[in-house]
Amino acid sequence: MTRTEPNRSRSSNSDSDKNSGNVGGGRTTGMRVIVPLQGVVQGRGGLFLGSVIPCAFFYFLQFYLKRNRKNDESDNSGEQNSSASSSSSPNSGLPDPTRSQSAGHLTELTGLPRSLSRILLSPRNSGGAVSVSGRVNCVLKGGDSSPYYVGQKRVEDDPYDELGNPDGVIQLGLAQNNKLSLDDWVLENPKEAISDGLSISGIASYEPSDGLLELKMAVAGFMTEATKNSVTFDPSQLVLTSGASSAIEILSFCLADSGNAFLVPTPCSPGYDRDVKWRTGVDIIHVPCRSADNFNMSMVVLDRAFYQAKKRGVRIRGIIISNPSNPMGSLLSRENLYALLDFARERNIHIISNEIFAGSVHGEEGEFVSMAEIVDTEENIDRERVHIVYDLSKDLSFPGLRSAAIYSFNESVLSASRKLTTLSPVSSPTQHLLISAISNPKNVQRFVKTNRQRLQSIYTELVEGLKELGIECTRSNGGFYCWADMRGLISSYSEKGEIELWNKLLNIGKINVIPGSCCHCIEPGWFRICFSNLSERDVPVVMNRIRKVCETCKSQN
Amino acid sequence: MGLPLMMERSSNNNNVELSRVAVSDTHGEDSPYFAGWKAYDENPYDESHNPSGVIQMGLAENQVSFDLLETYLEKKNPEGSMWGSKGAPGFRENALFQDYHGLKTFRQAMASFMEQIRGGKARFDPDRIVLTAGATAANELLTFILADPNDALLVPTPYYPGFDRDLRWRTGVKIVPIHCDSSNHFQITPEALDSAYQTARDANIRVRGVLITNPSNPLGATVQKKVLEDLLDFCVRKNIHLVSDEIYSGSVFHASEFTSVAEIVENIDDVSVKERVHIVYSLSKDLGLPGFRVGTIYSYNDNVVRTARRMSSFTLVSSQTQHMLASMLSDEEFTEKYIRINRERLRRRYDTIVEGLKKAGIECLKGNAGLFCWMNLGFLLEKKTKDGELQLWDVILKELKLNISPGSSCHCSEVGWFRVCFANMSENTLEIALKRIHEFMDRRRRF
Repeated sequence: MTRTEPNRSRSSNSDSDKNSGNVGGGRTTGMRVIVPLQGVVQGRGGLFLGSVIPCAFFYFLQFYLKRNRKNDESDNSGEQNSSASSSSSPNSGLPDPTRSQSAGHLTELTGLPRSLSRILLSPRNSGGAVSVSGRVNCVLKGGDSSPYYVGQKRVEDDPYDELGNPDGVIQLGLAQNNKLSLDDWVLENPKEAISDGLSISGIASYEPSDGLLELKMAVAGFMTEATKNSVTFDPSQLVLTSGASSAIEILSFCLADSGNAFLVPTPCSPGYDRDVKWRTGVDIIHVPCRSADNFNMSMVVLDRAFYQAKKRGVRIRGIIISNPSNPMGSLLSRENLYALLDFARERNIHIISNEIFAGSVHGEEGEFVSMAEIVDTEENIDRERVHIVYDLSKDLSFPGLRSAAIYSFNESVLSASRKLTTLSPVSSPTQHLLISAISNPKNVQRFVKTNRQRLQSIYTELVEGLKELGIECTRSNGGFYCWADMRGLISSYSEKGEIELWNKLLNIGKINVIPGSCCHCIEPGWFRICFSNLSERDVPVVMNRIRKVCETCKSQN
Repeated sequence: MGLPLMMERSSNNNNVELSRVAVSDTHGEDSPYFAGWKAYDENPYDESHNPSGVIQMGLAENQVSFDLLETYLEKKNPEGSMWGSKGAPGFRENALFQDYHGLKTFRQAMASFMEQIRGGKARFDPDRIVLTAGATAANELLTFILADPNDALLVPTPYYPGFDRDLRWRTGVKIVPIHCDSSNHFQITPEALDSAYQTARDANIRVRGVLITNPSNPLGATVQKKVLEDLLDFCVRKNIHLVSDEIYSGSVFHASEFTSVAEIVENIDDVSVKERVHIVYSLSKDLGLPGFRVGTIYSYNDNVVRTARRMSSFTLVSSQTQHMLASMLSDEEFTEKYIRINRERLRRRYDTIVEGLKKAGIECLKGNAGLFCWMNLGFLLEKKTKDGELQLWDVILKELKLNISPGSSCHCSEVGWFRVCFANMSENTLEIALKRIHEFMDRRRRF
């Protein structure tokens, strides 16, 4: 298109010249073949003109045609693909833009006055179907068929119930924790559970969108308890928002520009693809960890990923870790965390530490160390690169109440995040309920302790059961997941083999687990099993179902 | 790898950087709209303790009908109202439910409430309702879905200052104003629409939709039916979307004067026309429950509904809140009574303030909805410029201790207009505010 401008005058000349068969030189009669012009104009000039003129003619013709076809209707639909969203594949699931272009042409021809009624009468609306943004494409293209959503739907359509629906699908994909003793608290304190004795008018008005100070104080206290008091969290560094997804997205918006990327060690949470990338335009660069290393992060691999990205011209703004990790449930060691901080410091990038399972550490080995503790003794400049995400929903079994937190040492990040929470605030009756529930330190200690004990007991049972079936799990010390090695059961060592097994587990075993590919695990055959919403009675049921699938696999292999 | 001691801790030039979104001021919070709130926060009026404090007339909050809500909630089932019909044992279901579809009972309740507000002239399908944490989030979500970065939405001026943030900040989408003026009561004209569209085209910006507020904020007036039909026609011709933010629909003083875009679409079968229409609603204004953060997107477009649902993961309504409100909103006897009485009380307030202002020699735009009036102080301006307007605003804030919103913060193309909220205070406080205005005008007249 750009070549048209400089060549237009020439091509218009050449148009007339072509018609008379002349270029430059002598004016002879008759049409000449345009290419090659070398026969007409000597030497390099001919070569040049012979290529430039037809191209120019071609472009000019296109431009001329497009300009004449151009009207208001075709403007909008025809330029559909010029928009920024690179991830959209044109027209998948979207109306065909060319249809509306020709329809627009129709309207021009008929020349009827434009009114609503005429539009109803014409077989094709003058504009055709209206287009939506590239973001919609992402959803429509991939979303529905991913195992994550398919499994979820199956559970919704046919949920297991011990008495009511014993053959239903057991949910082992989603982290809900119904082990909690908060129920007991609510039953004992229904009035407090409502709103601290406040009337409606006390909770109905506009409140700061980043959360009431009282609630922040309670959350800070809870987080302090979760780290066994090795860190004291400052409420003024907290920003509350309606869920961990929102917290991670807010941080992504604040720390990176569209086109930048975060490094994420894998396997990782399936949610990051949505939370980090979807609306922000920020990318994720996966840094694979291997079973040989127990899925621990290797600084060498991290480094390599950083420099490879740099070479490709992608700017890395930070690294996202989860601790306790999702899906392995491992606790990052102090050395690891220091090394990570050094890495971030050297490259001047941020660290997002996803500590949503901090209060659900159930293992005896290892200790949970928060990134907050690591930077406690560091200088300001390093503290400002660390941001922690916390989620009340996980540790308190409150997913429905939508309350998570960003904890940062960086005043600018806090300031921007606070403003952004107007778009994802915590509902006020919920805030008041939480204040009542977790302000009391004794309550908090009781929740955390009971939570740990219950998780530990289910985890142990599940892992032992799986072991008997020949399925090993990595050692998990925190969180709600087992990371199970089912490589022995897959028919082929590939993602296809893994999905086949996942299908069997869902359709034959009627259990919904998350295949490692959803977690971007580089080695096929690993599965994430969530145990936090199982009771002791459910474990044997789950085992039986898995056994059934194992037998099916063995007989087939 | 990484020996800490070897690092060059040169200077603060090594400060880790933030994104453009984080450091930009597109959040719009530096405008006078928000600055006045700050003045109020520092010196808030209180009838007994601080009678000379700043009266907040810049916040569109509805406190006139609280008593109705309170009585209902306390009478019906104080515990159950929080946890649904099962009372406290319902807590478990409550807490665990986190589906972005939203509770079916609550969606049904919302649909029924929205129908009631429109006097049954339009039907709402609960499965087309997507819940978000407030209308703010709903508007941003729709913008993310309907437009790409650097595209534009056409918005008639004057408009709610929050749109600068909600529609633009993270989305990267631009707002191109449709200029309206007092010559025709600030209604949108086809010429203004075409002109705005052309402005965008000339700047090589792709227009994706028109976003209106009906009833309008800050005008406090409903959009005429003919204007809505023209708007829809325009959107069909240009093949763009139409978003109607109807957050004040329950606050129209006379029900017959409100036409929702839903009514217009109700009689249209052509899907390609319907599927460009989207409605935003929230309980914050009509029910006076802004803290609850309940907003909805209602779309006639399946793709938009599906995407909005997924995207609402970032901004879900707490299940406790959904339970709490579901039974109340589906109680038709209550909602009918509430809507009627709320309207009546708002109308009376409006009449009070407009009369009071008239006595002081101040005219307002003829309004019929909302929690505010649109007051004309153009005649008081020394300089008929934006600066002149801001000077006057400053005087009103500092001398009269009234926080009102200047028209320039709403991008009004005419200077001298101010938005004055009247529903977020007691009747006494309103009287006091009017008294201050009277005294101010008296003083002025003497010079």
